[in-house]
Amino acid sequence: MINAAGRDIPASIPGYHTVKPYRGPFATQPDGRMAGKKLAAFAPGRQKVLASLEEAIEASGLKDGMTISFHHSLRNGDYVINMMVEAIARRGIKGLTLAPSSFLDNNDKIIPFIEQGVITAVETSGARGKLGKYLTMQTPGKPTIIRSHGGRARAIEAGELHIDVAFIAAPACDRYGNINGVQGPAACGSMGYAMVDAAYADTVVAITDNLVEGMLAPVSIPMTQVDYIVQVDCIGDPKGIASGSLRYTSNPRELLIADMAARVMEYSGYFKSGFGMQLGAGAASAAAGRFLREKMIKQNIKADFAIGGILAPFVELLEEGLVKNMFDVQDFDIRAIESLRDNPSHHEMSCSFYANPHNRGSIANQLDFVILAATEVDVNFNVNVITDSNGVIMGASGGHSDASAGANCTIVVAPLLRGRLPMVIDNVQTIVTPGDSVDVIVTERGVAVNPKRADLLENLKHAGLPLMSIHDLKKIGYEMGGAPAPIKLSDEIVGVVEYRDGTVIDVIRRPVL
Amino acid sequence: MMFAPGNNPAMLQNAGIYGADSIIFDLEDAVSIPEKDAARHLVASALKHFKYPCEVGVRINHISTPWGRDDLECVLASKPDFIRLPKGETADEIKLIDEIISEAEEKHGFAAGSIQMMTAVESPKGLRNAYEMATASPRMMALAIGGEDFVTSLKTTKTKGGRELFTARSMLVFAAREAGVDVIDSVFSDIRDEETFIEEVKLIKELGFDGKSVVNPRQINLVYQVYTPTDKEIEYAQKVLAAYREALERKSGVISLNGKMIDAPMITRAERVLAYAAAVGAYRKEEAL
Amino acid sequence: MSRLLKSAQAGTVESTDILIMLAPADPGAGITVELISPTMQQYGEHIKNLIIKTLASYGVQDAVVHANEKGALDYTIEARIRTAVMRALS
Repeated sequence: MINAAGRDIPASIPGYHTVKPYRGPFATQPDGRMAGKKLAAFAPGRQKVLASLEEAIEASGLKDGMTISFHHSLRNGDYVINMMVEAIARRGIKGLTLAPSSFLDNNDKIIPFIEQGVITAVETSGARGKLGKYLTMQTPGKPTIIRSHGGRARAIEAGELHIDVAFIAAPACDRYGNINGVQGPAACGSMGYAMVDAAYADTVVAITDNLVEGMLAPVSIPMTQVDYIVQVDCIGDPKGIASGSLRYTSNPRELLIADMAARVMEYSGYFKSGFGMQLGAGAASAAAGRFLREKMIKQNIKADFAIGGILAPFVELLEEGLVKNMFDVQDFDIRAIESLRDNPSHHEMSCSFYANPHNRGSIANQLDFVILAATEVDVNFNVNVITDSNGVIMGASGGHSDASAGANCTIVVAPLLRGRLPMVIDNVQTIVTPGDSVDVIVTERGVAVNPKRADLLENLKHAGLPLMSIHDLKKIGYEMGGAPAPIKLSDEIVGVVEYRDGTVIDVIRRPVL
Repeated sequence: MMFAPGNNPAMLQNAGIYGADSIIFDLEDAVSIPEKDAARHLVASALKHFKYPCEVGVRINHISTPWGRDDLECVLASKPDFIRLPKGETADEIKLIDEIISEAEEKHGFAAGSIQMMTAVESPKGLRNAYEMATASPRMMALAIGGEDFVTSLKTTKTKGGRELFTARSMLVFAAREAGVDVIDSVFSDIRDEETFIEEVKLIKELGFDGKSVVNPRQINLVYQVYTPTDKEIEYAQKVLAAYREALERKSGVISLNGKMIDAPMITRAERVLAYAAAVGAYRKEEAL
Repeated sequence: MSRLLKSAQAGTVESTDILIMLAPADPGAGITVELISPTMQQYGEHIKNLIIKTLASYGVQDAVVHANEKGALDYTIEARIRTAVMRALS
């Protein structure tokens, strides 16, 4: 059947639960009740701290076929995912569903455990490197389910993603299981992703290299949700967790795109005091923040709040008083982590608070602006951030579709050509974010406004931007790079891309390379 | 005027996107000797394939070098808007290149005189002959100063305020104005030092230069910032011209604005301010108007 | 018709460029192109044809071409072939 994004989705997909086709950004309503963890009691005098990972696995009751989860806030410095999967494999447990909030390059090391059958299904936001290629070309058995950050929080709260055991890398943890991410050698900042896992998983195991005596404060994940604690030597490499100092891009093409994106914001009609924004962590997005800062100062405009993965330039906006409050689901550099720790206007938020479409309102809904990157965009404004042009998984859904759906003005930035491949094309390889929720495409050679947003187009006419139709933008790219021949795909579905509401927006078919 | 190294495909294909008034593909200093042939082929190919949104010129190797004539032969077939000669010293060089261009125009069926020329002055001898060079061919559209070489030939070094080039720059402006061609300042190569760059642009604007050469797209906006007339300047220019028009209608010989006499140079300057505002406005409309 | 006198190369393996290695082949052998490209599926055939067509425009009918392409546009491929041919003819 053809879904509302125009994609042909099979009525049933082997290895995937009932297919609900995507119907539109807010068309599908939830029903039923929230899921929840089992009741438990913990009498005074008992100990949560166990001696080893093996003991923790034993105590957690982990069995063949269960679902385990991790958070990816330690990013490329994370040791815990690889360490735990290895320990679980040693105990001979098989057939697990691995459901981390996302993967990064350092998770290539779990491939052997998929090959050995320890892991037979993966649900994640995305995957990169060899793991992404493995999940596309080999597959663990079931198709990989790709969810947005908000969609994952929703799936957990709705009981669609039931986590049996959540293993939480804890930069700071006390003996009763209170956790935060801002203290300790592996400080990562916000624990926004893990908060949802901790609240809903049947069993929660904290893995820490910083066991604190007495009550820990502040508390990000409370002891009321944590079953066991294991102390290890090291949960992560600080160098991989957060970059020390952000170098602003000096790439003139990225700066040009950033300048134009900031001008789109300025002229959009939403650039008024009290606005809310999310800036992505991409180079152009961070640079756009700097251009925006100048405009805010010059025109004396202040933002009410900023959200997102936080970087130093956004911290500067907060410290200069240009942003009133910052809400933080993830941090990318040391400056951001320190700010979360020290600045009372910098708040930690859970992924559900950030972007879950099926709660009583998330902060993404209140965004005026978001700037997002894209791997490909098509003439219907659909965006791909998950597969490369050869159809291989290499990115992550992240908060892309969440922020796009929520924001008044969704700006997608991309170079018009990567190598010789045009990035504005007839049909994206995989739809992650539907064109219904994308407003403006900014490339170095032109800016296209979604025809559904006649109001925005009118406002932007005075911005001195190279406005053109998306078809003209496509034409420029094709004239330079040439029309790409379609790639060959097999019928086998190796990935299911869920929209944030749990409907299927697209599937990933195994490419024939 | 933005320079782009001639043997760099990424720079050549993207050179048009940054809003420069003109681009110069460089076959000279930016290209190593073993790659001179590759660069001229690449530049010729880029000129043939792409329609750039601005003027495109090619800086050839000096006509006295082993590469100058080959550069011309190769790139002229793709019809650049202009040829820039480095280290120009005599009117004869200009005439020689003029002839080569004329032959190429005829050979390739381009309109006679459609390819323009400019030269950089990079030595005292070149400066002494600047007027002669500027008037040696009707193709000549501009003179430029090549700061680095000039400073070296003076046996001095670059200073922050540009004192060492002050006289040379002024003399070049005199020559260009007498000859009726444009005059463009040298590049400033430390792209990180935006402050000194802006100071230098202010200086050369005051000296009378029509524009500045840049090596990096990031410098383009800074040049525009300095050259864009302020709102106050634009407003004043509009008032001057309005008063002038009104006086013409009244057939009054005396023009005054707020009790101040307006004379012919003031009108010329006002027209120039508005012309600049409009030119920049094509790029940054909301800042100019 | 032009006969290549020697092997020659042009271009680089930097992004948006192509490295062309051109070697003479026996008369009548025709042109063989070995191409490495990150976009083989999308542009492999196109690039091979462009290489052959460009060589033919310089009268080269017999040659072995190794091309390592890194996102080069057509204008760059044509220019690098031209340079390689001129170098191989001199």
